Amino acid sequence: MVSSCSGCSTASTCSGSCPSVPELTEAQKLSNVKNVIAVMSGKGGVGKSSVTGMLAVSLMRQGYKVGVLDADVTGPSIPKIFGITAKADANENGIIPASTEKGIKLISLNLMIANEDDPVVWRGPIISQLVKQFWTDVIWGELDYLLIDLPPGTGDVPISVFQSIPVNGVITVSSPQQLANMVVRKAIKMANMYDANFYGLIENMAYVECPDCQKRIEIFGKPNGEKEAEFNEIPFLGELPIDPKLAELSDAGKIEEYNSEKFNQIIQKLINQSLGKGTKE
Amino acid sequence: MANCESCPTKNNCESQENCMIENNPWNEVKKVIAVMSGKGGVGKSTVSALLAKGLLNKGLKVGILDADITGPSIPRLLKVRDKKVESSEWGLLPVESEDGIKVMSLNLLMPDEEQPVIWRGPIISGAVKQFWKDVYWGDLDYLILDMPPGTGDVALTVMQSMPINGMVMVTTPQDMVSMIVAKSINMANTMKIPVIGIIENMSYMLCPSCKEKIKIFEDDSLSEFLSRMELQLLAELPMCREIAALAGEKDWDHPLVMKTIQEAVTKIMEYIQD
Repeated sequence: MVSSCSGCSTASTCSGSCPSVPELTEAQKLSNVKNVIAVMSGKGGVGKSSVTGMLAVSLMRQGYKVGVLDADVTGPSIPKIFGITAKADANENGIIPASTEKGIKLISLNLMIANEDDPVVWRGPIISQLVKQFWTDVIWGELDYLLIDLPPGTGDVPISVFQSIPVNGVITVSSPQQLANMVVRKAIKMANMYDANFYGLIENMAYVECPDCQKRIEIFGKPNGEKEAEFNEIPFLGELPIDPKLAELSDAGKIEEYNSEKFNQIIQKLINQSLGKGTKE
Repeated sequence: MANCESCPTKNNCESQENCMIENNPWNEVKKVIAVMSGKGGVGKSTVSALLAKGLLNKGLKVGILDADITGPSIPRLLKVRDKKVESSEWGLLPVESEDGIKVMSLNLLMPDEEQPVIWRGPIISGAVKQFWKDVYWGDLDYLILDMPPGTGDVALTVMQSMPINGMVMVTTPQDMVSMIVAKSINMANTMKIPVIGIIENMSYMLCPSCKEKIKIFEDDSLSEFLSRMELQLLAELPMCREIAALAGEKDWDHPLVMKTIQEAVTKIMEYIQD
């Protein structure tokens, strides 16, 4: 799905050709990305980066070549959960992404600044431009899947991603809180305006298991992901618990060691329903 | 308070004037506090709502400006989602919660709360500025700004053009989160906006069945973080159904949480008076 003018929010006031079909850069000539998946939510802190990370790891384990584009420029989580502290490199053809221990390619603004907690105090146009460059100027090479970890909101970055990156499918992450559902619906409606193809909804933080009595605690209320997916007319991929083990491994930069039966079911469903037939040749 | 000296764009700015915006002449807002994090989903809006309640309990007049234009949470948290903003000759009239907190949020201007706001930065920042100068807040002791995630347009506009007396930073006990919160603190420091302290949310949870305290995030680096950032801890809040239900329909109270919040409010007021 290349973003077309009909899906563009400024179609009526736009005077000419959109920069969505520019000439290929050197980096793009050296890359072949077969499938681009955007992980979106609208709401912050529901687990977009965790889901992106788990998805990358699962696809890598199945033998696919995977890259992650961290589009959350002012609040990047991806390098931390993969334990990457090295800086991104570049040559005359473009930016060389970092590579994890297991071979997942990553690009994030935090790989380009001196200290990970230096703030990036930039306005929208510069942030959007950078995200576009992560697509055009990074030498991704041969990739089966490029996952885009979107920031919260429906502002500059998601607009630019939908307008200028050929996203094949969107996965949306939600939590059982009604408040989160309301904001997630905004993001889904936005993606629909760009004619996005939804691979499905994942409900994160559905429950916590008490380590003492093993009871299932539904901290954010009754899980309703299936209903939400149905309401938004997108496939439901499954629910995930709040897992202290995931938080621990993420903080330690070892998300590649995480294994979750629940997530394996989700990825299987995703492959059966969408990815198995959705990959463009 | 923001001035050109601390502005990140001072070297290539052509404006001869300070970019502070004038407030609505009818407004008498005594103190402005911004609740920020940098990270999403840590509880900025919940903390904003709780602090507003805490200030209200002290007999003060309070308003909340919801600066999260694309992901607003305040109208639901304060149960005013069905109300609509009206206009008057003094400016837009904020809606009022049952207990008397004045609220301005983009969702109160939308016919449907689920409608997305697909705007780029300048328009979003413009809306936040208008919530300050085109709203008739009237007489307020405290206005709380509920910031969106990130250190982009809204954060920059608010820090450059509004008279912030102090910021409260919200974090959770995860290394990954505190790294992003540190970005916001460093931004505030660069912009010379005082940071009052940290509220740690989701510190622990209580199992409703066995009442055992569960640490979801096994991170105990909070004291190290506080000393590195040279900041005080204002409160530690639990993750509990009652707080999650703040966004629900029924009336809300939680003695343990409110006691913690009252103490935080006292610390904030002391900081601002000094």
